[in-house]
Amino acid sequence: MPIATASQTIGPYWHLIEDPSWADLTRFGAEGERLSLGGTVTDGDGAPFADVCIELWQADPAATDRFPAFGRSRTDADGRYHFTTLKPGPVPGRGNTIQAPHFALWVLGRGLMRGLATRVYFAGEAGNETDPVLSSVEDPARRATLIASADGPSAWRFDIRLQGAGETVFFDV
Amino acid sequence: MLASQLKARTMADPIPFRAHTPGTQPPYDVPAYLGTRKRHPLQQLHRLDPTVTETTGPRFSAAQFPAHEDLSRVNGKPAAGQRIVVAGTITDEDGRPVPHTMVEIWQANAAGRYHHPADQHDAPLDPNFTGAGRVFTDAAGRYRFLSVLPGAYPWPNHKNAWRPNHIHFSFFGPAFATRLITQMYFPGDPLLAFDPIYNGVPDEAARTRLVAGFDLDLTEPDYALGYRFDVVLRGRAATPMGT
Repeated sequence: MPIATASQTIGPYWHLIEDPSWADLTRFGAEGERLSLGGTVTDGDGAPFADVCIELWQADPAATDRFPAFGRSRTDADGRYHFTTLKPGPVPGRGNTIQAPHFALWVLGRGLMRGLATRVYFAGEAGNETDPVLSSVEDPARRATLIASADGPSAWRFDIRLQGAGETVFFDV
Repeated sequence: MLASQLKARTMADPIPFRAHTPGTQPPYDVPAYLGTRKRHPLQQLHRLDPTVTETTGPRFSAAQFPAHEDLSRVNGKPAAGQRIVVAGTITDEDGRPVPHTMVEIWQANAAGRYHHPADQHDAPLDPNFTGAGRVFTDAAGRYRFLSVLPGAYPWPNHKNAWRPNHIHFSFFGPAFATRLITQMYFPGDPLLAFDPIYNGVPDEAARTRLVAGFDLDLTEPDYALGYRFDVVLRGRAATPMGT
């Protein structure tokens, strides 16, 4: 049986394929409740990590000609990334459960031999309490690393810590 | 999503993706690759049984993401270097082709320099080479693009460190979980033995699969050398009943 091809780092020069407009998932004229999501990526020294490729995937709203349901943002010299997209709704979970609204992120960068997968939930969503994936992270402090905080009207902040204190939960998908 | 739609979609749980064969994927912590030291998580990855979030993804189309399959020229002017054709088939772990999936490509020029301000290597830039492309597989999972042989270049990882000749690839496949970023290498490159990124894959056979094969059938007479790079994206752990 074929075996999946090995991953290699995206390296420092992936922005040859970058198009900054991809960070705005509403650029094709999608209609719906807009929000912005931003934050900082830091390494094990707490230092900002520049040139990281953050990809945002969302199962809801579904992809259409006017909504790619996928975006990409590069962290700047201060480690900051930023997206504009549509607010996701709840989607089915395993075993007839319902997942609270969330995004899935791939974190790709030099020094990362493989991508790191995480999720972004929204503080204050009623469905967070019963979300099966959030609930599976037993340590409340670790679970909190998956929840974006409100950062103004329709704006959310989600920081990503790759290593050490406050390390973000990364998933084996 | 509406409640009625939610209910309709809860009929069957997604089949999990097959676990990676041990040793065939690199760890996050590769001590010889200094860049991993402060960037690898210390905690174990948290196991997540896949949901619609991980098992679906948009179908990337050339309408939203325009194709660019000839890297060997800019405005009709040829780039310097050995012209190459790179082609291959993308399948999943069950050997099924992955049709109509997006592939992104980027690489250094023939002199070993990226068309990028962050690359300050003292090698010439080529006005006729930018080194980025995007192609889509056909119905049989096949892709193909034209380029020039990328040069090796030094990097500051260790004394006299040089990256082997390589082309960067980004694959999507059908879902969040099938995403793959990798690098394709060239056969017979003496630098492979010294490269901590290539050697970060523990399994020798898995590593070797990152090396393209020279292919005379892909080689275009009087024009370009052909290299074959077939890629396998993750598959499901089991095939659903009745399919």
